[in-house]
Amino acid sequence: MDFEREISNATDCRGGYIAGGVCVFLFVMLEGVKHVLLVLSGKGGVGKSTISTQLALALKESGFRVGLLDVDLCGPSVPYLLNLEDRDVHQSSDGWIPVFADKEQKLAVMSIGFLLKNKDNSIVWRGPKKTGMVKQFLTDVVWQNIDYLIIDTPPGTSDEHITVMENLRNVKCDGALIVTTPQAVAVDDVLREVTFCKKTGIHIFGIIENMSGFVCPSCSECTNIFSAGGGIALSKMVNVPFLAKVPIDPQVGKLAETGQSVLVTLPDSQVAQVFRKLVEELTQSKEA
Amino acid sequence: MADIPSDISQHCPGTASKDAGKASICTNCPNQMICASGISQQPDLTADLIKRKLSTVKNKLLVLSGKGGVGKSTITSLISRSLASSNPDINVAVLDIDICGPSQPRVLGVIGEQVHQSGSGWSPVYIEDNLSLMSIGFLLANPSDAVIWRGPKKTGMIKQFLSEVDWGALDYLILDTPPGTSDEHLSATSYLKHAGITGVIIITTPQQVALLDVRKEIDFCRKVNIPILGVIENMSIFVCPNCNNSVEIFPALTGGGCVMAKELNVEFLGSLPLDPLLAKCCDEGKNFLTEIPESPTILTLQTIVQKIIDRCEKIKHPSEIDTT
Repeated sequence: MDFEREISNATDCRGGYIAGGVCVFLFVMLEGVKHVLLVLSGKGGVGKSTISTQLALALKESGFRVGLLDVDLCGPSVPYLLNLEDRDVHQSSDGWIPVFADKEQKLAVMSIGFLLKNKDNSIVWRGPKKTGMVKQFLTDVVWQNIDYLIIDTPPGTSDEHITVMENLRNVKCDGALIVTTPQAVAVDDVLREVTFCKKTGIHIFGIIENMSGFVCPSCSECTNIFSAGGGIALSKMVNVPFLAKVPIDPQVGKLAETGQSVLVTLPDSQVAQVFRKLVEELTQSKEA
Repeated sequence: MADIPSDISQHCPGTASKDAGKASICTNCPNQMICASGISQQPDLTADLIKRKLSTVKNKLLVLSGKGGVGKSTITSLISRSLASSNPDINVAVLDIDICGPSQPRVLGVIGEQVHQSGSGWSPVYIEDNLSLMSIGFLLANPSDAVIWRGPKKTGMIKQFLSEVDWGALDYLILDTPPGTSDEHLSATSYLKHAGITGVIIITTPQQVALLDVRKEIDFCRKVNIPILGVIENMSIFVCPNCNNSVEIFPALTGGGCVMAKELNVEFLGSLPLDPLLAKCCDEGKNFLTEIPESPTILTLQTIVQKIIDRCEKIKHPSEIDTT
């Protein structure tokens, strides 16, 4: 409770002050970060957090140092997906020390989930308070030297997104990965997210279509539960590269408990191949 | 740049306090004048206006879920269509307050329609004679238009939806919400508080990652003190259309919605399967109830809707409410 109060009032009161000063802090804190990637989707429940965590793990497996920042304040999923639910963030003189998912400290994670005492507690915050928190996440976390900072976002095009976009404007933000599912209802919302990126000048790496088809374990028939082809159609419509198609795999859902990379536990699965290719593409485009 | 004392956060009385702007700590605060003027403490007249406007609405239901993509909009459309078709004398309306991602125009099959302005306010779009819808989707010129709004603007829009739409006399007004526990939810619940919220329907999917967020939503309902009618679990099983084998795509490793409902002491209204035909109907905006009337999903849905009707009736006669 103390923590919530502290943040709320600091934000309310400093509203005007922070706007001018933030860039300086940001520059310092994100100095050691080489690349920033955003994972976005207008729609909820399409797999943003799953893709973010698996991508972070896959980059880590490829030898990079990775940071994962979860700015979904009302529904943080990253701590659960990486099996870090009971961990705490520590405060140092330089700022917040993120939680490390591995012994070698190659994957650093920050989420509001680490700051809550009880997992059932809801964060009932209006925009300005969320904005304050997101700013703190961007300015007060000691990431140290990392190659990739992946930012996992909530659905929509509102406070969290505007804040992240505004604050990253002065830092090198490499671009956004847009996640969608194939059905028209999801594509509608994702189209709006693409518009958001275009309006705000965020580069889009490409579109990932998740939950593309389900292979029945007993008869091997592939059913397109959420219809098919929505992601490709969208990428053509908005002229953005189509990066990958990830099938529904209940095995991947179960990985959540272990916090392990699909590359390690299910190296031969289709999902693993997709992530291997994705890492390749991302790292290549960086070097070029 | 302003010089801010580092301990300001601990002693700020808060904008709603009667000491706002008057406490010693406020002296250096750039917002002191605003707080001291008392603006922040004046009662909001909108709540009364909304109360008057919605006085002809018998039941006001909210469909909530902390998690996105669990089927809030799908289930909202199913419940509203089911209520409307059950009795032509029942008037049902849906209000889509998902400002950044409105889905109702598509799932109810009225995408591209326009809202008209009349002397008594905005006229909602009618899907059936007794089923109407209002959504920000109708106000956008282009389907690709993004609504890039921060909280206060979203709140303003919801206020307008609640106070300026000419619903007429309604039996059920169902609010479809975005995921989360933020501006839209706080605004809707605080504006509706005076008008009275009949209850909340919580939607979840079986897997733990969704349940985590849904627990937060239940915590939210308790914090703002609105009754929960019950929990519906969506996408619980998938029946392969080829071999009729049922598979758990989103495995309920922790017992799913049913166990959570029991644990948190809320009613479990039922489970709906993951039905590709239903998903297809939603995408095309067709009425699932008339398109595939033989589907077992519809039977389950009808039991759930009957439970909702019963609970609403019960709440209307407060003597029969069980206080648990």
